Amino acid sequence: MARKTSKATLALWTVVGWAAGFVIFFPILWMFLTGFKTELEAYSTPPTFLFFQWTTENYVAILEQRNYVKYALNSIILAGGSTLLALVIAIPAAWGMAFSPTKRTKDVLLWMLSTKMMPAVGVLVPMYLIFIWLGLLDTHIGLIAVLCLSNLPIVIWMLFTYFKEIPKDILEAARMDGATTWKEIVFVLTPMAVPGIASTVLLNVILSWNEAFWTLNLTTIDAAPLTQFIASFSAPQGNFWAKLSAASTLAIAPIVVLGWFGQRQLVRGLTFGAVK
Amino acid sequence: MGKIELKGVEKAFGTVRVIQGVNLVVEDGSFVVFVGPSGCGKSTLLRLIAGLEDASGGAIRIDDVDVIDQAPAKRGLSMVFQSYALYPHMSVRNNIGFGLRMAGVPTDERNRKVDEAAALLNLTPYLDRRPSALSGGQRQRVAIGRAIVRQPKAFLFDEPLSNLDAALRVSMRLEIARLQSSLGTTAIYVTHDQVEAMTMADKIVVLNGGRIEQVGSPLELYNHPDNLFVAGFLGSPKMNQISGVLAEQYRAATIGIRPEHIAVTRGGDGWPGTVQVSEHLGSDTFLYIDVPGAGLMTVRAPGELGVAAGDAVHVGPDLNRLHRFDANGLAIR
Amino acid sequence: MATQKSQAIGRIAIAPSVAVLLVWMIVPLILTLYFSTLRYNLLYPDRTGFIGFTNYTYFVTNPAFTTAIVNTLVLVGSVLVITVILGSLLALLLDQPIFGQGIVRLMVIAPFFIMPTVSALVWKNLLMNPVSGFFAWIAKSFGLQPIDWFAQAPMLSVIIIVAWQWVPFATLIIFTALQSLDLEQKEAAEMDGAGAFSFFSWIVLPHLARPITVVIMIETIFLLSVFAEIRVTTDGGPGQATTNLAYLVFQQAILNTNVGAASAGGIVAVILANVVAFFLVRAVGKNLDT
Repeated sequence: MARKTSKATLALWTVVGWAAGFVIFFPILWMFLTGFKTELEAYSTPPTFLFFQWTTENYVAILEQRNYVKYALNSIILAGGSTLLALVIAIPAAWGMAFSPTKRTKDVLLWMLSTKMMPAVGVLVPMYLIFIWLGLLDTHIGLIAVLCLSNLPIVIWMLFTYFKEIPKDILEAARMDGATTWKEIVFVLTPMAVPGIASTVLLNVILSWNEAFWTLNLTTIDAAPLTQFIASFSAPQGNFWAKLSAASTLAIAPIVVLGWFGQRQLVRGLTFGAVK
Repeated sequence: MGKIELKGVEKAFGTVRVIQGVNLVVEDGSFVVFVGPSGCGKSTLLRLIAGLEDASGGAIRIDDVDVIDQAPAKRGLSMVFQSYALYPHMSVRNNIGFGLRMAGVPTDERNRKVDEAAALLNLTPYLDRRPSALSGGQRQRVAIGRAIVRQPKAFLFDEPLSNLDAALRVSMRLEIARLQSSLGTTAIYVTHDQVEAMTMADKIVVLNGGRIEQVGSPLELYNHPDNLFVAGFLGSPKMNQISGVLAEQYRAATIGIRPEHIAVTRGGDGWPGTVQVSEHLGSDTFLYIDVPGAGLMTVRAPGELGVAAGDAVHVGPDLNRLHRFDANGLAIR
Repeated sequence: MATQKSQAIGRIAIAPSVAVLLVWMIVPLILTLYFSTLRYNLLYPDRTGFIGFTNYTYFVTNPAFTTAIVNTLVLVGSVLVITVILGSLLALLLDQPIFGQGIVRLMVIAPFFIMPTVSALVWKNLLMNPVSGFFAWIAKSFGLQPIDWFAQAPMLSVIIIVAWQWVPFATLIIFTALQSLDLEQKEAAEMDGAGAFSFFSWIVLPHLARPITVVIMIETIFLLSVFAEIRVTTDGGPGQATTNLAYLVFQQAILNTNVGAASAGGIVAVILANVVAFFLVRAVGKNLDT
């Protein structure tokens, strides 16, 4: 609206808005604060809010004793690896479907999407057994492959919608200028598609980092990412709330930050292109 | 050398024959304009020549070499797109020089040629800018620069002036015509604007529904249209086409007379009618006269004619400029 | 349109992805079908043999199965209702003038990016613990008995956790679509004399039908397979109270190592997902015009 809103309206909505935001965000905030308490403090009642003895002992413990870094590294390897692999397969596929469509293209795309709708649990058994037989259990390669395949339909879809937005005649101009297909992709298409590819990478990293079905069932120690690490805190021997909080804060921080920055771009991928 | 021949060229999308058996010769160095209404296939024909579409049949020869199976890059043509199609992530210099880079021309020579082309088109101060920082007219010129720098066998223009405002269109029209004339390169120009066609072409190809209606110089088409379609398409305002009793008087199914070949008098020779609307432009006067037996006729008179709506006048066509057409719409000669 | 040559290259470009997804879809599925007809337990790998549909009957007549199906539907349904309603309200709220709007939006969106294991454990321990949890403290401050969430209302607890994670998704999607509502439409409606309520009912609500549709479809796909939250908080319990179909299959496969039964269960899950998807697309497909 191009007219000024009254101060009263602004004040009202501001209060309501901040209240709603605070309520929703509270668990995260609480978790963040708890990470800086001692275990005793964390478990005490009534709970303390800001005025307690802030300590970084939990973070130290997490990093040194609990070997947080290894799990974080695994998360990075799995998220990065699966994204890279997905891009290698998906970019040519999305290019082919966007710029050289055939009568079947629409059907192929919808079919790819439908593979994402299959519940993972439906193939848990064979995947588990295949992984045992091929020695892929608890390996990086195995998980990278599975994560890549899980998200491949979304990656292809997202890239497809971005590629479709590139004006066709710019690519034709490149062809008239003497570019071979390969040069067309490298010199013209890819630079123009960089924002779209970046958004897709962002989404895939987030989805892989947070994936908590295959990572929980197909890893144990070596390739275990942060999802497993946090899950280990659910064991009932003793309460380590403060450490859980510190570990969680570290585990989610990169993704929350990435998600914050990319929220608009993610909408397209999250809705399979239905909402832009 | 840039002679282009089309023999029996066909293009079908599914069962729809968009181009139907087109035969045409474009002489080296000539400026040929494809003109016609929307959907007539003129852009498709251009793209067939460029190699951006596959022909469904026929032969396309450039300098006597059959190119129908050749990729666009191999045909040695360059194209100026309606939307300019500039590479948004490259500077003007790199846009213009892209084709040379693809051909492997060394950097120094490439820069020299780009500078030459830029000078020709007054683009030198903009060489380091991105397309997004240029005006419509400047982008247009970059697109042209990109086309000329490769010294192609022929230029292909796909409605390049449609996205410009009226004043710019007129000045760019002149620039393109002058450029082509000085470079001497064959040019095929597609437009729906018949004024562009008339002013720029050595030869006009009028297309309708995928078929060539007539080929000829602008004045040939203006003075001797082969059929009703061409007669009505070229010339603005449109030729008056009259059928019925009046036409029969001249032994034709339809007669045509251009608005500029009619004399309007108050009482005198000609058909009686009533002025409906009169438009006074100072340089000309346009009159829309209801003539019983002929319908609403358009008349264009030079200078100022003191006639107003409601006046009773006589419409006198110049019989030397009267066109006669038979029942099939073909000219009777 | 593409030329023949570029179409040929296009097909080659698509081939790897199609091949890979085909294998990913077909091979495991066929194996699951195969195993579902066998009597195969990993602890007794020798005692195996074709037993036809016995696994299916075993799986389906297990009382836990009915409970699991009911739990699945309850979980999905409740979360859908909560997220769509809250999501719409929040989206509308975010559309209003708010001082510091960007930060409010960040706060509302954040939960979606948290990995499910973290969400589950933070809620279970820091918030819902009946002794030292935050909710317990609030209850005690009002003189009420704190609720032992996971003992008294385990399903509700899980629903709350899952809903908290997905409300931001619904909000973000609906909010994005809301932003695309033409400013000129708003102005035209004003000229036509539409008050705030009419504007909302006649213009905003129909416009929201589409993103809400998308939200429902996407969420359903993911909610049918909720797993980590259950694994990490209740292990399906107490009893079978929070066991959904996915967890049931997991129990058979990993905990009971009964490959045959688990495979049958997996097939049932696939069938359920397809049935739901079919009705969903049918009932709600008219809102989409892909």
